[in-house]
Amino acid sequence: MSGTIGEPTGPPTQANAMAADISGQMLDLDEDEDLEVFSKKASLTDGSAFEFEEEDDSDCKDIFVTVDNPESHITAVETFITYRVLTKTTRSEFDSPEYEVRRRYQDFDWLRGKLEEAHPMLIVHPLPEKFVVKGMVERFNGDFIETRRKALHKFLNRIADHPILSCSEDFKVFLSAQVWELTSYKKQGPGFLSRMGETVRAVANSVRGVKNRPEEFAAIQMYVEAFSNKITNLDKVTQRIVKEQKEYMEELKEYAPSYTLWSGSEEELVGPLKGVASCIERCCKETEEQVNQLSDTLVPSLHEYALCSETLKAVLRRRDNIQAEFEAKNEALATRKVDQDALKEDIGKLEDRMELANSALKVDWSRWQRCMRGDLKTAFVSTAQKNVDYYEKCLAVWETFLVSQRTEGCEDADPDQLS
Amino acid sequence: MMADSEPEEIAVIGNVDLTSAELKNNITNTMVEIEKSSTLLRKMEINVAEAEKRTGKNAVNMQETYSVYLIETRPVDAVTEGITPAAPDTLWRRYSEFELLRNYLLVTYPFVVVAPLPEKRAEIVWHKLSADNMDPDFVERRRVGLENFLHRVASHPVLCNDKIFYMFLTEEKEWKEMVYDTGFQAKADSRLKAMNAAFRVKNPDKRFIELRHYSDELQTVVSQLLRVRARVADRLYGVYKVHGNYGRVFSEWSALEKEMGDGLQSAGHHMDAYAASIDDILEEEEHYADQLKEYLHYTDALRAVCRKHELTQFELEMAAQDLAAKKQQKEELATGTVRIFSLKGMTSKLFGQETAEQREAKIQALEKQIEEGEETIKDKNKESDDFVKTAWLDIERFKEQKDRDLKEALISYAIMQISMCKKGIQVWTNAKECFNKM
Repeated sequence: MSGTIGEPTGPPTQANAMAADISGQMLDLDEDEDLEVFSKKASLTDGSAFEFEEEDDSDCKDIFVTVDNPESHITAVETFITYRVLTKTTRSEFDSPEYEVRRRYQDFDWLRGKLEEAHPMLIVHPLPEKFVVKGMVERFNGDFIETRRKALHKFLNRIADHPILSCSEDFKVFLSAQVWELTSYKKQGPGFLSRMGETVRAVANSVRGVKNRPEEFAAIQMYVEAFSNKITNLDKVTQRIVKEQKEYMEELKEYAPSYTLWSGSEEELVGPLKGVASCIERCCKETEEQVNQLSDTLVPSLHEYALCSETLKAVLRRRDNIQAEFEAKNEALATRKVDQDALKEDIGKLEDRMELANSALKVDWSRWQRCMRGDLKTAFVSTAQKNVDYYEKCLAVWETFLVSQRTEGCEDADPDQLS
Repeated sequence: MMADSEPEEIAVIGNVDLTSAELKNNITNTMVEIEKSSTLLRKMEINVAEAEKRTGKNAVNMQETYSVYLIETRPVDAVTEGITPAAPDTLWRRYSEFELLRNYLLVTYPFVVVAPLPEKRAEIVWHKLSADNMDPDFVERRRVGLENFLHRVASHPVLCNDKIFYMFLTEEKEWKEMVYDTGFQAKADSRLKAMNAAFRVKNPDKRFIELRHYSDELQTVVSQLLRVRARVADRLYGVYKVHGNYGRVFSEWSALEKEMGDGLQSAGHHMDAYAASIDDILEEEEHYADQLKEYLHYTDALRAVCRKHELTQFELEMAAQDLAAKKQQKEELATGTVRIFSLKGMTSKLFGQETAEQREAKIQALEKQIEEGEETIKDKNKESDDFVKTAWLDIERFKEQKDRDLKEALISYAIMQISMCKKGIQVWTNAKECFNKM
């Protein structure tokens, strides 16, 4: 495993501020080939996008999952896309250290459903299915596929990072089973009818409502409502910015040529006019990159958390249902004279169940909040950085132009004095 | 400029009064004059300091509101170090008076490319900018434009010496009468006459034809550029302002969060600052647009000079044609032959020949006319030549001014973009720091 030098820290991630001495040791580790260490380099086979997720637990990460290589499959009945899911792990539950399987969207959806079923009190992030970007009707559009691939990659990594969810049997099967194995596995498990029963009971309970919701869950409920509203707004604002930027770009595309056109009528002014035209063109390209960053990074992140609100509300509802059932049974105990002992036993079980549910939710809620903070912080920081880069590049373009005009023997004021 | 006619009959040669040496000397002198810049602007400080709204009764006795502008003048030597300068002389003028002045200059100095006035009405503006003439921003930009106009005239080697111009700056009440007294309106060429000449002139100077093409081109390209620029400004405004929403939502969101609250709140403030910054940026850009607009409007002055040349040349050609016709007639009468069909010729054939006396009288009359005609040609030739020379001098001056000014404008545009980028870097760097605290 890790070498004897210093701490067995996991692979360096961007956000972790490492003490100088540790990073020095990390370098040593990299160079020492005898040591089996986990570093960025070890897990890459074909060098395809191995995106590092910010890890809130600084524990040894022992499972790495990537989603890449979308491929189109055409059958007589339908056309669909599969993605390659690559897993590398040292976990003992897995028979092999490495797996490569192909999965399609429905498989991801199935996995999510199973996880939610098995862990009703845990917050399982939504799938990108609902990431319907306006104007993107083409399911097989390259950008759409790439966006979805990234989101599916993120989805699996969230599960892999979750201390409880990553141990799920369904997750293991998803990562390791061959296509036909997965198909037969899916057919097992509680039948449709029993699942229906659960749902009916849940609905019945929710109609009854909860009388004494504990303070902290009431607070979470309120938070979720408000948070959902804010994130949805931010999502909308960001999409609006994207729209405005695109329209701005369209105008810039006409603006540059009008300077070039003018230069055709001039003699002395040809240089400066063409210079300005070229600067505008370059800035237009930079704007395009800026817009792409927003679309690729900030929008998906905000959108995901906007959808998360539904998940959160569902989890809270499930918790409420358990409490509602408990309260109902307690009432029955007080009012009806029916089989007190059996009822008391039921109530006891329900109480345990409720307490377990509450604590599970509490822990996962706090975990979720940390993740949310980290994810949104990263997204906003990277957006701000991109904007700084954008302005710096445009600045360089115009300053170069200015210098070129000045060296042609011009007087005039110092730009620094004017800013 | 030679009129098209049979060379052996008419002598329409270049300026017969000045020798070529003298001509060259004249041009040199004028150039020196321009270099010395002993123009009015050197001696006198001219400012359009303020604008005010007035109401009064107009020509048809109706209430109207209009803006007036305060013109301040002061001799340059009055402003010396350490000594408090004397208060400037002031008077108020309204836009229509500026127009009157300009029209006077156009008529009186047709060989000069006279600087344009700022727009009467706001045109080619981006939508947030008001197109209302009473809007304070518009009035302010017009004030700057009027000041610029006065500076242009005051620094022009020929125009700056004009008495009426000087009176415009110094004589508030009597000035209008003085302008009308010059009778300049009578001297103005009718539009119809000019159009007619433009169609029928045979040999205008090639340089003027090129100049006309250039001014048409310049008008087209600059209008288009200004229109697109206005749209770009519109869009950029939209981008910046939407970020203001970030400010609002971050602020609301920060109230929900414990750890993230501060970071979000301060990031929100930076977003508000970013959204607000576009107003100043675009206001500055409007000055750039105004610089381009000035040259857009200059194209009218260029075309006016071309028109004057065409008119002068046309009149010369007409005079030459007239002279040729008269000489023809005289010859026919003298030799008794009818070379070209004419109504007189036909009638005399039909109704018998005239008497020898009658013919002699006619020949005398024609000779007199021919003499006068030749004088006229000499004058018109000189007029045309002088016009071409002086006009072309001023056009060269204008071209240099235009190249200088527009280059400076483009540089100032680059400087504005640089400033905008620097502000953007600052805001987003600050925002990033705040996000890092989330």
